[in-house]
Amino acid sequence: MNTKLYIENYCKIKNNTVTLNSNIIFEEDNAENLKSFLKSIYKHLDLKYSKFFKMDNLSKLAFLASEIILKESKINSEKENIAIVFSNNASSLETDRKHQKSIDKITDYFPSPAIFVYTLPNIGIGEISIRHQLKSENAFFVFERYNAEFHYTYENSLIQSQKANAVLSGWVNVDDDTNYEAFIYLVSQNGKIKHNQEQLNKLY
Amino acid sequence: MSKGVAVTGMGIISSIGNNIEENYQSLISKKQGISKIKKIQTIHKDVIKVGEINYTNKELITLLELPKTNNYSRTALLGEFAAKEAVKNANITNINKYKTGLISATSVGGMDKTEKYYYSQFEETKNRKYIASHDAGDASKKIAKSLGITDFVSTISTACSSSANAIMLGARMIKAGKIDRVIVGGSDCLSKFTINGFKTLMILSETDCKPFDENRTGLNLGEAAAFLVLESDEVVKKENKKVLAYVSGYANANDAYHQTASSENGEGATLAMQKALRVAKIKPTEIDYVNAHGTATPNNDHSESRAILNVFGAKVPDFSSTKAYTGHTLAAAAAIEAVYSILAIQHKVLFPNLNFETPIADTALVPKTEVTKKEIQHVLSNSFGFGGNCSTLIFSKT
Amino acid sequence: MENLKQELKAKIIENLNLEDFKVEDIDDNDSLFGDGLGLDSIDALELIVMLDKDYGIKISDPKKGKTIFESIQTMAQFIMDNKTK
Repeated sequence: MNTKLYIENYCKIKNNTVTLNSNIIFEEDNAENLKSFLKSIYKHLDLKYSKFFKMDNLSKLAFLASEIILKESKINSEKENIAIVFSNNASSLETDRKHQKSIDKITDYFPSPAIFVYTLPNIGIGEISIRHQLKSENAFFVFERYNAEFHYTYENSLIQSQKANAVLSGWVNVDDDTNYEAFIYLVSQNGKIKHNQEQLNKLY
Repeated sequence: MSKGVAVTGMGIISSIGNNIEENYQSLISKKQGISKIKKIQTIHKDVIKVGEINYTNKELITLLELPKTNNYSRTALLGEFAAKEAVKNANITNINKYKTGLISATSVGGMDKTEKYYYSQFEETKNRKYIASHDAGDASKKIAKSLGITDFVSTISTACSSSANAIMLGARMIKAGKIDRVIVGGSDCLSKFTINGFKTLMILSETDCKPFDENRTGLNLGEAAAFLVLESDEVVKKENKKVLAYVSGYANANDAYHQTASSENGEGATLAMQKALRVAKIKPTEIDYVNAHGTATPNNDHSESRAILNVFGAKVPDFSSTKAYTGHTLAAAAAIEAVYSILAIQHKVLFPNLNFETPIADTALVPKTEVTKKEIQHVLSNSFGFGGNCSTLIFSKT
Repeated sequence: MENLKQELKAKIIENLNLEDFKVEDIDDNDSLFGDGLGLDSIDALELIVMLDKDYGIKISDPKKGKTIFESIQTMAQFIMDNKTK
């Protein structure tokens, strides 16, 4: 039994620009740094969710892209079983560096619990799950680059085996202030773009 | 009952043994591996207790026959050591005879070396090689290369449930016919990064940890690596392999509660256990032993107790946490506990929850405190990670 | 003590990333956790680090935090009674 699947919506955040299904919905050329750019997107989306400010850059990036997609999609995130499968290549490196810095000098030694809890790439998935109360299956993979074949197989298998109704998936990576990108999409039974490896590569 | 995926080999290194036999002997003689830290220079070394592996990096490098120019982090050394034992244990002589993959898990990666050499690398070039081995995927690549695996290599990083997710993915890939066999597991070594991080969350114990005890004060960190070899029924038949056990159930669910703490009622844990039972097509009453996540933090043990009661009701099976033996080995935890679950089935014995004295007042659950001989058909193993990532695996007798 | 309270409000906003709040928004007796400012367990740990870093007070039992961090008032009082810096 093979349900037809589509890439219902996709969001890209890169080079100070946010696009939804290839339309630019926000850009900020002179953003001071990644943190301020992400704050601007938050304000633009008018998201009243103060917990956002506690997150590290990687979680914020994943969170924002996911908000944009879930808002746009037909799916009711509270009722449907939406699995989350993300991957990247830097893991939580940007935050790891911050944590490392706080424990480097023996004279100025104050590790921050708020930073440490983000030294794992999958915490961002936790944040999205908390926001939308998703108790679904979730995983985070580390690859050298976005692997469309792997993602397609995993996403397809989750829905075909009825472990999820939809999958919020993609690549979300933060290496430093200038080196970041998000390519997040929702795989579901609605949409126009067919869900397959070729399309995923094309969109990425 | 759903048959599941065959486990044909295992490999493990932990603070209670450098191979399967040593680990088993320690488990049945109640010999724990928790002590003050010896190999890492940290200001906390006289305060905390950990599950440290005896071998130094130098010894591991020699045992693995690596060249002097290598840039292996301790995570990679431990991982390769265990993976090699697993492949040997599975009697694999030609790795490329079938489509073979490696799915490895880690949370620390090469941090042990990076934290030592990161700032000096700008002046001293000789240690720069270690920065290249920092990332989470590096250990997986090295292990794959040493084993000769090229068909599929992936790394999972979901904190303390990482290797459970690796085992789960491996089992699914075999069931889906995507791969013929796969080496699955994880590795994490101790590092200042994790010690300091956990200290600032105030969940480390200064004494030997007491899982499920009312007076528990926190966890002991540990380091370890373990891998299972999973093979398809076809390969098992063709090669006439001895099957050690089956991965018959698995599931993953998100607690959706907090970045690091578990929900009061253990919702994510409950969902994971229930789903795993459904995948295995067995009833809760058929579980003979639960190897709990049981980290001995005030939060986890209470939450997990609630979840166990949610799933099993009045008939809670025999359960224990083996973390009082090995410490909490983070990404490797699920993998070493998978080995222990399978040992329990093979030797018809369940392992005790050390250091237990008083049950948690609110839930009144009492774990097994003695090595107990018992026919074991199905074992359920829990691993819950930061980020609300709850995973459960079920292992069954052949 | 007034200066200390203002200082604490500013520090809390800064350290705990409370972007939506200004110093004027926090009342001395507002409940910091739960319904008031809605701080959580990680925030409590951050405050413990802050007490050590800025005021030289070490807290070894995280459960004590509940009473100390009830409000700006209780925090300020505790610091006045215990600071070493």
